[in-house]
Amino acid sequence: MKRLESNLTNMMLSLTLVALVAAALLGGLYVMTKDPIDQQKKQKQEAAITSVLPQVEGMTIAEPETADGMTLHKAYKDGEWIATAVETEENGFGGKFKVMIGFDKAGNVVNYEVLEHQETPGLGDKMTAWFKNTDKSGQNILGSNPADRQFIVSKDGGEVDAITAATISSRAFLKAVNRAYNAVGASPVQAATGASQKAVEETIAGETAEGVNNESQAAGNAETPCTETEQDNNPQID
Amino acid sequence: MSKALNTFTNGLLRENPTFVLVLGMCPTLATTTSAINGMSMGLATMFVLVCSNVVISLLRNLIPDKVHIPAYIVVIASFVTMVQLLMQAYVPAIYETLGLFIPLIVVNCIVLGRAEAFAAKNNAGLSFLDGLGMGLGFTVALTVLGAVRELLGTGMCFGQTIWADNYGMLIFVLAPGAFIALAFLMAVVNKLRK
Repeated sequence: MKRLESNLTNMMLSLTLVALVAAALLGGLYVMTKDPIDQQKKQKQEAAITSVLPQVEGMTIAEPETADGMTLHKAYKDGEWIATAVETEENGFGGKFKVMIGFDKAGNVVNYEVLEHQETPGLGDKMTAWFKNTDKSGQNILGSNPADRQFIVSKDGGEVDAITAATISSRAFLKAVNRAYNAVGASPVQAATGASQKAVEETIAGETAEGVNNESQAAGNAETPCTETEQDNNPQID
Repeated sequence: MSKALNTFTNGLLRENPTFVLVLGMCPTLATTTSAINGMSMGLATMFVLVCSNVVISLLRNLIPDKVHIPAYIVVIASFVTMVQLLMQAYVPAIYETLGLFIPLIVVNCIVLGRAEAFAAKNNAGLSFLDGLGMGLGFTVALTVLGAVRELLGTGMCFGQTIWADNYGMLIFVLAPGAFIALAFLMAVVNKLRK
């Protein structure tokens, strides 16, 4: 068979047909894969919620609420609030990343899971496990509380060791944790725990003041030459 | 028969898309941070390449010359979107690492290049073999490059620790390492082809 001639009718017909068939196929496949894709996302989110909250028998998780752009999943046992999983977004080194952080009643970090990220492989992507390495107390944040310990990288005067050669990712991660912690404290707590909530609010006020101090400190530090890999060369090529 | 075999082996070494034709460098350099990433990217590209080669070869006489490029792009882009949807639905773990790079297959010169240079002139059977050969060549190249970078950068190969992380040269996981490793591998391939 000879190739079709390039006249207007032929060109229009062939292009329209190709586009129509392609659109029909893609539409069909989209409908087919929509459910499994949604399920995957939901499963992942649910798995993350349970893994960042304390393991308590008979715990129920309330409908998600939003506060300050974050999603809060609160856990109750016998009607009493016991913990919150916070889903938050922050700008990392390679774009936005999503993290789920669990806080218990006292505000201590129970666990965290990084849900999505685009950090540099081999450097920033270590954040998925770095801050929960219980063998190294300098970098571990589990079981501690942003009110008692400064969740700022040690380079900026804080008390948490940053990921080797990925200070920007570490700063962003700790910022997300601090924001999540504040959101947990700021959201209305059960009436029964009203007194303790006041205490929490006071500590938060203190925390924020500290945060401001640290920011000015960080600004001062910025003048000192930086030697990190991430800042020396921009390795992202994607 | 010998022509079929020739077509198939063409992409493996003689006209290897990465080391000899030097096509599709963007996904090559960006995804080969580890052996498994490189291999997954290669396999996804191979799937698109085989499918688009066959379809374009079947349609080659129905598409007038003046509009062949837009028509080919529509075919290729549809297959890429299919791969993306299927991966997201059934192999989410791989989608997580490669999701960012899958759309890049559309603009991968190898796919359009083979459609233009081969599928538009040959029958579906030969185009299938060409796609398979080129795809395998690309997959092997990406896997080797990924393995070298992973080994030198982190001391691991396919996620298995070969030597301690402390001896890894970080630069090989980053962009400059991709260029260095690619250059040395190209030199080796050139030596072998002589």
